[in-house]
Amino acid sequence: MSETKTAMYICNGCGLGDRLDTDSLGKLAQSEGKCTIVRQHDFLCNRDGVDTIRRDIDDDGVTHVVIAACSRRAKTEAFGFDDVALGRANLREGVIWVRPDTEEARETTQEMAEDYVRMACAEIRYMQRPEGNPNTGDNKRILVVGGGVSGMAAAVEASKAGYEVLLVEKSGELGGWAARLYKRVPNREPFSDPQDTGVEDLVKTVEHDKNITVFLSSVITRTSGAPGQFSVDISAESGTTSTENVGSIIQASGFSNFDAARLPELGFGASADVVDQAGLELLAGKAGDGPITRPSDGKEVASVVFVQCAGQRSDKPGHLPYCSGHCCNTSIKQAMYFKDTNPDVDTLLLYSDLRTPGNGEDFYRSAQRKGVTFTKGQVREVQTANGALVVKFRDMILDDDAEARADLVVLATGQVPNSGIDIEPAAAEDENEGSGVDAASNNNAAVEVPLESVLNLDYRQGPDLPHLRHGFNDSHFICFPYETRRSGIYTCGPVRRPMDIAQALEDATGAALKAIQAVENASLGRAAHPRSGDLSFPSFRKEGCTQCKRCTVECPFGAIDEDEQRYPVFNESRCRRCGTCMGACPVRVIYFESYSVDTVGQQVKAVQMPDETEEKPRFLVLACENDAYPALDMAAQQGLQYSPFVRVVPVRCLGSVNTIWVTDALNSGYDGVMLMGCKKGDEYQCHFVKGSEMAHYRMSKIDDTLQQLQLEVERVETYEVEITDIQRAPKLIDDYVNRVNEIGMNPFKGF
Amino acid sequence: MSVNTAMIEKYRNDFLKEVEENVEEGHWVKMCMQCGVCSGSCPFGPHWEHPPQEIFMMIRAGKRDEVLGSESMWMCTSCYNCIVRCPRELPITHIMHGLANYAHRLGLAPKMNPTRRFAKIFWDNIAKTGRVNELGLSLNLYFMDGFGSGVKKATAMAGVGVGMLRTKRLNPFALVRHKGVQNPKEFQSLLKKAKEVEDRRKGLAG
Repeated sequence: MSETKTAMYICNGCGLGDRLDTDSLGKLAQSEGKCTIVRQHDFLCNRDGVDTIRRDIDDDGVTHVVIAACSRRAKTEAFGFDDVALGRANLREGVIWVRPDTEEARETTQEMAEDYVRMACAEIRYMQRPEGNPNTGDNKRILVVGGGVSGMAAAVEASKAGYEVLLVEKSGELGGWAARLYKRVPNREPFSDPQDTGVEDLVKTVEHDKNITVFLSSVITRTSGAPGQFSVDISAESGTTSTENVGSIIQASGFSNFDAARLPELGFGASADVVDQAGLELLAGKAGDGPITRPSDGKEVASVVFVQCAGQRSDKPGHLPYCSGHCCNTSIKQAMYFKDTNPDVDTLLLYSDLRTPGNGEDFYRSAQRKGVTFTKGQVREVQTANGALVVKFRDMILDDDAEARADLVVLATGQVPNSGIDIEPAAAEDENEGSGVDAASNNNAAVEVPLESVLNLDYRQGPDLPHLRHGFNDSHFICFPYETRRSGIYTCGPVRRPMDIAQALEDATGAALKAIQAVENASLGRAAHPRSGDLSFPSFRKEGCTQCKRCTVECPFGAIDEDEQRYPVFNESRCRRCGTCMGACPVRVIYFESYSVDTVGQQVKAVQMPDETEEKPRFLVLACENDAYPALDMAAQQGLQYSPFVRVVPVRCLGSVNTIWVTDALNSGYDGVMLMGCKKGDEYQCHFVKGSEMAHYRMSKIDDTLQQLQLEVERVETYEVEITDIQRAPKLIDDYVNRVNEIGMNPFKGF
Repeated sequence: MSVNTAMIEKYRNDFLKEVEENVEEGHWVKMCMQCGVCSGSCPFGPHWEHPPQEIFMMIRAGKRDEVLGSESMWMCTSCYNCIVRCPRELPITHIMHGLANYAHRLGLAPKMNPTRRFAKIFWDNIAKTGRVNELGLSLNLYFMDGFGSGVKKATAMAGVGVGMLRTKRLNPFALVRHKGVQNPKEFQSLLKKAKEVEDRRKGLAG
């Protein structure tokens, strides 16, 4: 790196010039901040202002730019100088907009601004312009695992966008479950009759697509590498294995049917005339347009009872605790198989809550019109004595025991995801112990997920994608539904959550787009979501590393492997740049070019610490840049105010917070440290899945340190803040400041 | 064979079908989705033995005697709250009246139900001459539970009666000379024809 030259640009627009003494800020930047160039501008984000900066970079060799103006979240296009290291001092949302424009407030407001200028100068000294990940791969082929509707649709979508696709299917033919359906729930107006599945056409499209190579009767026996440079072994049943290179992977491994043999009380197994929904599809397919006959004696079915939620939405051991989403529509469709052939067949559908997503409401109405009887009832048992089926149920509306005789009973059982091996089962058990759930009745444990790896990843953290709940693969259900916790690998279809064909098709399209985005980003050495386009990547100083393995264990995305000597191997293309490894590292050897223990640590130290006698406490707020920091920005936009004694430092993720920042802050006299991150746990909102959770865990351990220092534990608090907490966030700050003020000043001031 | 037994024979266990074919707007019953908004909207809600939602469920469950013998449908005051609110747009008020009417025709409606009795008195009154004889109707109502309670009720309303007399809202001679429609014979044959048509349509003839 050539010589560094730092320039600061102070904007006087948006009232900054009126409210602040910008001249003294400039002098500060020059003297304390060591900026070679300091310029002021009345309107920095207009063309003239931007050109001023541009000229300094191009003609004057400025390598480091600090913009002292608005929040780093504002005017990102105007100030998007990606050929220099860029820092921002937030004087608008961070200072003048959160303070009253009064004479009494002037002094503290100016002090706030001065500190933010000092902090920005300190940060930029330890920043480098990110150069982009050097270990890139530019393979743009996409591997799709699973040849069902989701997998085929993903393959076709990716191919249509111009990408080469490898489609691997475990069985001998394409189509999956959908191919075994007689008809599907309608996806077209008027949503009143079952319609053809369309699977045959989809199979044909796949087979005729020159961009798609299909591997039948094959499984993935090894996956290694990173986005843009995956290497996979595809092993065929015949014993041959081929190694292929791909850029990204879509896992569409689908679901297995819940084993109805676990429901003896509903007569499955005791009578051949009790079938599950898949069984009825077979019967309907066999019958074609003719009447459906019952399996036991071939008699035409004159009465049929559908039992919804069979073995699902139930807390009994061995049952599925969740709703599989498609079954109500599927049973309605199957009742129509009977009614459309012969309207005199008695079709009774017993449900506890009828859930018909999509346009299922129209479909439901159509079934009512066709004479399907819907009864809100809970089935107790299906008696099978003497070959006659009697369904005993509780009528929930009439609050009465009732029974129905039937020639055939259909059980609406649920979907069990084919999500591979659960690589974090121990963690799940710990959680349940903590929440007092009896291990024996633990639903997660009771649901048997096939113990067969789908991807056979040779990652340090395990061979498959981590699960979240009930064996479904973890994907960021709010913001990034197809993302998994392994970069460049995306899930779609029922492996992600239970769903029907219509939803699976939509899912497949989404996952295909994400897979394309991943290969494109990887080839440019940039991060995938949520720091999409980020060129920085983690490095470490090997000589300082103690091989403690914390980074490799705690990385939420399994990006870090270990070499033979147990040093971390970062696999930059798999990294999401959250910095959770940096927060984990006890010896602080992990860093990014633009974000490191120093860039934040020096900001913390740069704040001027007033004497105890001045009665001006100082509080450090480490705010997650994804949710908490924008919430504070928006609070500022709305004119909400908070204490002038806080200094807010945005962090990539609370997971990147290294405890050294907190202990340093307390040692240098801060009266309190607030951490603001996202919601953690099963319903997490953390962009990096585990970051917030890790931070909470680490901070729970910091209490011991505080007590050793004879400090009150209240001096470090961790909060969950959502992006919508616009009113709450400033109030949290003020409440915290008041609480710590009651405890008194930090005794370490001035040491 | 009574109409009732004929219907039982005809529909066997399929009460829903019987309702669909014989009760006014009965074909809507199958479209109920059991949300319960009708029951929640009814101003008489807590007083129903079986609110509309339940009635519909009972019809589907084949509880013929309970439904047709119920007091419930007779409770409906035609406020139309349920019709306005039903997400499935069922004409609930009409169905309630249809069910009441059907039960009455089959002779299954509760004999002493006051609404049924009032309706009967009203019908007999108006069907006689084609116009309501208000004085006769009031007296019939007062004395429907016997002489003693009739005198009591009439005495209680005496003030109102006198007031109406004074303002010429009540014709005391209506008891002896009530002016009916111009052509009572034609009116009677009209009623007869209408009943024939309805019976034929509902299969109640004979």
